[in-house]
Amino acid sequence: MSRQDVLVTADWAEKNLGTEGIVFLEVDEDTTAYDGGHLPGAIKVNWTTELQDPVRRDIVNKEQFEQLLSAKGVGNDDAVVLYGGNNNWFAAYAYWQFKLYGHRDVKLLDGGRKKWELDGRPLTSDVTEPTATSYTAQEPDNSIRAFRDEVVEAIGGKNLIDVRSPDEFSGKILAPAHLPQEQSQRPGHIPSAINIPWSKAANEDGTFKSDDELKKLYDDAGYNENLSTIAYCRIGERSSHTWVVLHELLGYDDVKNYDGSWTEYGSLIGVPIELGTGR
Amino acid sequence: MCGAPDQAVALPPGTDLTKETVLTGRVLADGQPVAGAFVRLLDGTGEFTAEVVASASGNFRFFAAPGTWTLRALSRSGNGETVVSADGPGLHQAEVAVA
Repeated sequence: MSRQDVLVTADWAEKNLGTEGIVFLEVDEDTTAYDGGHLPGAIKVNWTTELQDPVRRDIVNKEQFEQLLSAKGVGNDDAVVLYGGNNNWFAAYAYWQFKLYGHRDVKLLDGGRKKWELDGRPLTSDVTEPTATSYTAQEPDNSIRAFRDEVVEAIGGKNLIDVRSPDEFSGKILAPAHLPQEQSQRPGHIPSAINIPWSKAANEDGTFKSDDELKKLYDDAGYNENLSTIAYCRIGERSSHTWVVLHELLGYDDVKNYDGSWTEYGSLIGVPIELGTGR
Repeated sequence: MCGAPDQAVALPPGTDLTKETVLTGRVLADGQPVAGAFVRLLDGTGEFTAEVVASASGNFRFFAAPGTWTLRALSRSGNGETVVSADGPGLHQAEVAVA
């Protein structure tokens, strides 16, 4: 993969708004952000109700993904451009799911909503009504998804990358600082994990850092290119951002996103937990 | 109002200010609120911790922990930052001027 296969620039996006065969999808942590203004022609995806099963704790299954994309008017051959607020956290989470279900052409808008807004590019509150399609997804590619048992087995053997903030990693706080802190699970991190906050991979305007800067970031933090990798955060969205960096931009093999992340791991009975700043 | 700080920022029900350390404030340009600014919370080492979008009235809020924090705002009106020291749980207020 090269950067051009993964990212589009804001300039490119603005020139290609409304182009046949290109679908812009907005995925925000704040699910009301779209309603106040979005890229002209973009269609809203609600991560809380449309990218997760409504009952079980899981991402949508293949059939649900097919129904979602069909309803959003995405064809199998369409180029999909995902973007969102909060430095593309949830757009990256959606990107990972699009890859999991085998969509051929999906990219992220580099910088997401933030760069778009800071640049003063056009936004509209006009809602685009998609024309339904009949989308066919692939079976899930679990080579990019980690589950809890393999995470426990990976302790001391694989790169475990904890991408939360240093205070979440050490156990000082349980959730990002824009969220209330009352949680049921135990604080801390998975033993042997190294803390490389997702934010270090992004510039202040939300764009990804250069490949050279990214490679140096992970090298300096002790990332071993010869080992398999599992990235995690609190609920799997920030680690999707890092998964995009490691697997898509830097092209490392065998990188998985652990979407269960700390809200699952920190609630498991009997698994080891490490406190403090780690190694 | 008499220039008193805006106390009207609603906290989620159940927020216990004897336990939670809440940082609130406003983004201002020439004394006027800046809507939609991107407000970043940086910890004592300058490390990014969180980011929110300021409300229509320029207000923002973080749930943090006691310590020294930098609030940095990015906006179409410019950027700016301010340091706030939270000595313990409770509501801590700050204004961030951008230019």
